[in-house]
Amino acid sequence: MAIIELRNVWKEYGADVVLERLTASVEEGEFVTIVGASGCGKTTFLKMLLGTEQPTRGEFLLDGKPIPDEPDATRGIVFQRYSVMPHLTAERNVMLAGELAANRWLGYAFGQRKRQLREEARAMLDQVGLGHASDKYPHELSGGMQQRLALAQALMKKPRILLLDEPFGALDPGIRKDMHQLVLNLWRTQQLTVFMITHDLEEGFYLGTRLWVFDKDRLDPQAPGAYGARITYDLPVGQDDKQTLKTITAQVDDTARALS
Amino acid sequence: MKKLINRQPGILGRCLLGLLPFVLILLVYQSASSARLAENPDDRLLPAFSTMAETVERLAFEPNRRTGEYVLWADTLASLKRLALGVGIAALAGLVFGIATGAIPYVRAGLSPVITGISLVPPMALLPILFIVFGLDELSKVMLIIIGITPFIIRDLQGRALEIPEEQLIKLQTLGANTWQIVLRLVLPQIMPRLINAVRLSLGSAWLFLIAAEAIAATEGLGYRIFLVRRYLSMDVILPYVVWITLLAFLIDFALRRYSQWRYPWFHASQR
Repeated sequence: MAIIELRNVWKEYGADVVLERLTASVEEGEFVTIVGASGCGKTTFLKMLLGTEQPTRGEFLLDGKPIPDEPDATRGIVFQRYSVMPHLTAERNVMLAGELAANRWLGYAFGQRKRQLREEARAMLDQVGLGHASDKYPHELSGGMQQRLALAQALMKKPRILLLDEPFGALDPGIRKDMHQLVLNLWRTQQLTVFMITHDLEEGFYLGTRLWVFDKDRLDPQAPGAYGARITYDLPVGQDDKQTLKTITAQVDDTARALS
Repeated sequence: MKKLINRQPGILGRCLLGLLPFVLILLVYQSASSARLAENPDDRLLPAFSTMAETVERLAFEPNRRTGEYVLWADTLASLKRLALGVGIAALAGLVFGIATGAIPYVRAGLSPVITGISLVPPMALLPILFIVFGLDELSKVMLIIIGITPFIIRDLQGRALEIPEEQLIKLQTLGANTWQIVLRLVLPQIMPRLINAVRLSLGSAWLFLIAAEAIAATEGLGYRIFLVRRYLSMDVILPYVVWITLLAFLIDFALRRYSQWRYPWFHASQR
């Protein structure tokens, strides 16, 4: 059964249609990369996946049931910024999920359980390449290291779905390459289902297994909110098709210009 | 030659420039005092530094002939006790209500308007009511401090709690946290350094309320002493007391700041 299923999903804010007629299904273990111009509902879609926004029409199903209408442990997330707790060291950030589960009232673990969580956290930090920084606070880490930490923190909860909201948007190109490798490795070893939003079309073109392009195929320049964005391309990733990339880039750029 | 806005004093220059106004004030006082004393040796308005030193020695290091107390220390202890009690309770109440109204929309909807309303009441106008209700004892002085600064602390912390990035609230939920855990593991630790900040900002008002309450009804305390000796124009007591209060205020502020920097390094790193 599909892990995520969209049946004619719409999202409207008053008279403005953000997304319309979304129909798709995603199997467990897929890595969906979502690209599109600003204002084409990528973030709105992510919020619906997360549960902070609800569709106004249609059905948005997780494992065949309506997706929960608030964030919970089934869906982990890494934002572009502010993903980790600034008041906790790297190690404590990664231990957080386990500590919250260990004690419903205090949210802290003690004794044997704490030692065990610390070992697990150390192992996870090693896996994302932060083994040497376990005692550092987030403000002492670089942007790339903070995102590694955010990934480690999210993965400790073993979410069914991992959401990445432009996680590498603020990073230098070289570091971005390393992060791609890391994400692909984690996706393979932890058998995750991943949705990643990105601004960078090329990133979407070779990362993951499936590319979604959000675009407005009907666009009234006098009333940009009249029609919503749809999934205009749903492509398997892997074939290196320069022509398709060019076409999509041109279309997304047109929409971006019309909306700005 | 660089423009004036681009020229920075060195470390020595900064210290000297900072000290200069203090030295000037002392010099001006010294000369005015000597001028008056030369004209009338019994003048009480601007006592000489030597007179003030004698008075301080008497108040601080000789027991009072009638009560056997060391007046300065007894006053200081009494005032600091009231201040600590008032500010401590206000900080605790501020923390609880600030977090509750900041983190939980239903509590905010219920309590925010009334807190805003109370914060607009001038606390000094309530002082007679406090004296009537709580009597002239310690309680009414402590209550004045509490009523005076709690609304400010609550409103400040509510604002700070609302500033916590939504990403972090969502993140914690995706890690499985319930509301109580979010308060305990995210809101409370992030609010603590801000509470210290709010307390530092409200200490000035707390001293104001303390001295005002002591001036009206007390039997000991720094504010009480100042207003008592005012009747005898004892500037030799008043001036050292004012300096002493200022020094205490500075030391408390300094200690709170250093504690916060030591305990919450991540907070001060983000403030820069």
